[in-house]
Amino acid sequence: METHTAEPSPAPRETLDAVVIRFAGDSGDGMQVAGAQFTQETALFGNDLATFPDFPAEIRAPVGTTFGVSAFQIHFGVQVRTSGDAPDVLVAMNPAALKVNIGDLKLGGLMVVDQNTFTQRNLTKAGMESNPLEDNSLAPYQVIPLEISKMTLEAVKGLGLSQKDALRCKNFWTLGLMLWMYDRDREATTEWLAKKFAGRPEIAEANITALNAGHAFGETAELSSNITGYSVAKAKVEPGLYRTVTGTEALAWGLLAGARAAGLKIVFGSYPITPASPLLHNLAHLRAYGVTTFQAEDEIAAVCSAIGASYAGALGVTSSSGPGIALKTEAIGLAISTELPLVIVNAQRAGPSTGLPTKTEQSDLHQAVYGRNGDAPMPVIAASTPTDCFEVAIEAVRLATTYMTPVMLLTEGYLANAAEPWLIPDADKLPKFPVKFRTDPENFQPFARNPKTLARPWAVPGTPGLEHRIGGLEKDSVTGDISYDPDNHQHMTDARAAKINGIANDIPEQQIQCGETGGDLVLVGWGSTYGPINQAVRHARDEGHDVAHIHIRHIWPLPRNLGDLLGTFDRVLVPEMNNGQLLTLLRSSFAIPAEGLNKVSGKPFLVSEILTDIHTRLGSNS
Amino acid sequence: MTATAPLTAKDFASDQEVRWCPGCGDYAILKTVQRTLAQLGTPRENTVFVSGIGCAARFPYYLSTYGFHTIHGRGPAIATGIKLANPELDVWLVTGDGDALSIGGNHLIHVLRRNVDIQILLFNNEIYGLTKGQYSPTSRRGTRSPSTPKGSVEAPISAAALALGAAGRFVARTVDTQQKRMPDVLNRAHAHRGASLVEILQNCIVFNDKVFSHITDKSVADERQIHLEHGKPMLFGAERNRGLRVRPGTLKVEAVTLGEDGITQDDILVHDETDRTLASILAVMEPPTLPVALGVLYCDPAPTYGESVSNQQESLAENQGLNDLLRSGRTWTVAG
Repeated sequence: METHTAEPSPAPRETLDAVVIRFAGDSGDGMQVAGAQFTQETALFGNDLATFPDFPAEIRAPVGTTFGVSAFQIHFGVQVRTSGDAPDVLVAMNPAALKVNIGDLKLGGLMVVDQNTFTQRNLTKAGMESNPLEDNSLAPYQVIPLEISKMTLEAVKGLGLSQKDALRCKNFWTLGLMLWMYDRDREATTEWLAKKFAGRPEIAEANITALNAGHAFGETAELSSNITGYSVAKAKVEPGLYRTVTGTEALAWGLLAGARAAGLKIVFGSYPITPASPLLHNLAHLRAYGVTTFQAEDEIAAVCSAIGASYAGALGVTSSSGPGIALKTEAIGLAISTELPLVIVNAQRAGPSTGLPTKTEQSDLHQAVYGRNGDAPMPVIAASTPTDCFEVAIEAVRLATTYMTPVMLLTEGYLANAAEPWLIPDADKLPKFPVKFRTDPENFQPFARNPKTLARPWAVPGTPGLEHRIGGLEKDSVTGDISYDPDNHQHMTDARAAKINGIANDIPEQQIQCGETGGDLVLVGWGSTYGPINQAVRHARDEGHDVAHIHIRHIWPLPRNLGDLLGTFDRVLVPEMNNGQLLTLLRSSFAIPAEGLNKVSGKPFLVSEILTDIHTRLGSNS
Repeated sequence: MTATAPLTAKDFASDQEVRWCPGCGDYAILKTVQRTLAQLGTPRENTVFVSGIGCAARFPYYLSTYGFHTIHGRGPAIATGIKLANPELDVWLVTGDGDALSIGGNHLIHVLRRNVDIQILLFNNEIYGLTKGQYSPTSRRGTRSPSTPKGSVEAPISAAALALGAAGRFVARTVDTQQKRMPDVLNRAHAHRGASLVEILQNCIVFNDKVFSHITDKSVADERQIHLEHGKPMLFGAERNRGLRVRPGTLKVEAVTLGEDGITQDDILVHDETDRTLASILAVMEPPTLPVALGVLYCDPAPTYGESVSNQQESLAENQGLNDLLRSGRTWTVAG
């Protein structure tokens, strides 16, 4: 008779190409933190990834309610373009999180649930009549109910935490389990916790203990239950040094890189607003890099301080979201009229008015291109992915300083918060476009234009011999003195328009992201819809459809070849998260019968939604 | 080497034709400011005049310094940005009662609270001039205007009291026509490090003529104005026998006459311009019971916004490399 047992070896992990996980819980459950740490470990593991943090506007909505549910979705694997359509895995920390998110989970998908939270009280708060863990309503899914709260409390028992603090470690217990399940390290998370709670080591220790306990639970449970570990193939990416960045980080660093390329210091004036505030926070940490941040008393003061800074020879930058941009509008007109450089970042959110502050949308394009009194043209550019924010920010600074103009840089709530891996560029190899301030008093005229760019000279206070006066009143086309002359106003209006239109000659021609000219259908997008459009188009092409994807960075002026390029296609489809704003811009610019695909739910497009639309338009149901 | 001749008031005039209404109080202020700038000896190239919108806001066009005529009420924010970009510049803000206290009220209180090192000249004519005569936030109750045909019903705001409430560290008041006294007030405002507010009572000859005549008319001026001097007893009147004292047993300031009711010089308050409480009493004094306080009501310097910001910045290693920043935190290498 065999009397000793051999150490059982772990079962081989099933290999997957990609997985979509959604962490969902109460807004106080720390789901964004758990998601961000899972992202970090996933990036370090070597997967490609994209994330979608989705949280309520309330900081702490009443506990257990459906409107207080906060979620973080991550899509990771070999090649990833979007944060994923339907999650393969749902982590639900309470009944409300389950209720809000279950509809998105793939049929047959995995669900990890903290069963301790499924009390009658919490079920009632979530508006559930019966307990889904008991009523068989979850039969279409693989449900793993776990006593997460209880096991977390047990794990951190004896560390001297209050019950409340102890329970707050359950996000890290859960994270530990998920890190085990997908074969990721815990090292970066452990280090992060130690640093984050350096002042409260007992909290750091408890969270690390919970993290390890969740991980150990996975290892142990694998041998005795239906919990399986997976292995997700690494991305095949260009060699080099990588990190993860959110759109906001990439934007902050891009603005700094742009300012360095121009040889300027940044003065950033801003007023807190969701979802733009993280840019203020990021830049506030960059003082050692020559960045001055100013939290103004309101949106108007924020943009005005930036204009004042540009007038005095710094790079003035301001940021906000739609409602705040509306407040800045008059001042933007001043910067257009006085022809001063300025970068305005609009992290768009769902509107109108206060709208849905934490939800994403692309509905400020018309505001950016047209939304000012008078004929007040201004370049508008848009970032399409979190890492793209870096390049777009540099481009915004280049245009603003080369053409002495404000530039509107459009991002979106989704881009601001989402993260992805980034091949870190060599800052020394980035393009340079040094600013030359006017210093020579000889023949100085404040509005004598550079014949090539039509920009006026940048003459900064402190420069002897260049003392001059400017303002929002119409200016003489040479001296800059107040002028009410009718011909002069015509001339200046034309000159301002010509200057901005001329930028089309200084930006790259529009490329096709995917597909070829002359096809049956081209999908034209801008901003954060890059991922879903690109994936849908690739899928349709794999099916044999002659479809292409064009993604526009320069919204105004449009690339000089765009009209001809679009003209080669039989049909033009413009998917946007608004009611058709790029669509009308393209129609009015090129008089083409472009069609729209519009979604304004506060959530990004799913690949499947775009693909279905392609099928419908091309009359196939493949 | 040729020594540069000192600049005169004329050197601070621009080539632009001044276009205020004939007889406007702004002419006198412009002349005094040009004279003061010449006295101060600050180079033209380092001087910036910022303004918002209104009659007063045309001011920068008439000076040979740098000038920025901005948008309504936002001058303080523009000026703040200028100082953030270049703290070495000498920045003056010219504003009016509508610009500073109505549409720009928010910016005024915050530029004062932050103590941004600028001089604010607030031309108060108690009316909207450039839009043809509507009542303003400083108009007295009952002011008849195109928008208040039966008289305004709102209480006026006191610029000086507001400035003190907004934690301003320098508050002064002067009158457009007092060309002997104004330079001293402007000099003091300029010398003060931090935000200095100078309210200038200014006559609008077209829409609100003589609105200050109950203070400025020669017949009443001595009795209805008190010219403050730090450390000196607060006396006024043609005979300088009138004075301010605290009525015993109260916190009320009253005007008394030396030699009457046993009042002597010892009863008279001595002006202490570092005393905020006293300043807030002086700020709201009005005829007929009390004279209007002119001169420096309050001056008590504190660290300026620019100093505080640059102190924080100096403690950091300047101009670090961008590559270090991009590589800070967690990175990983994908081998080729």
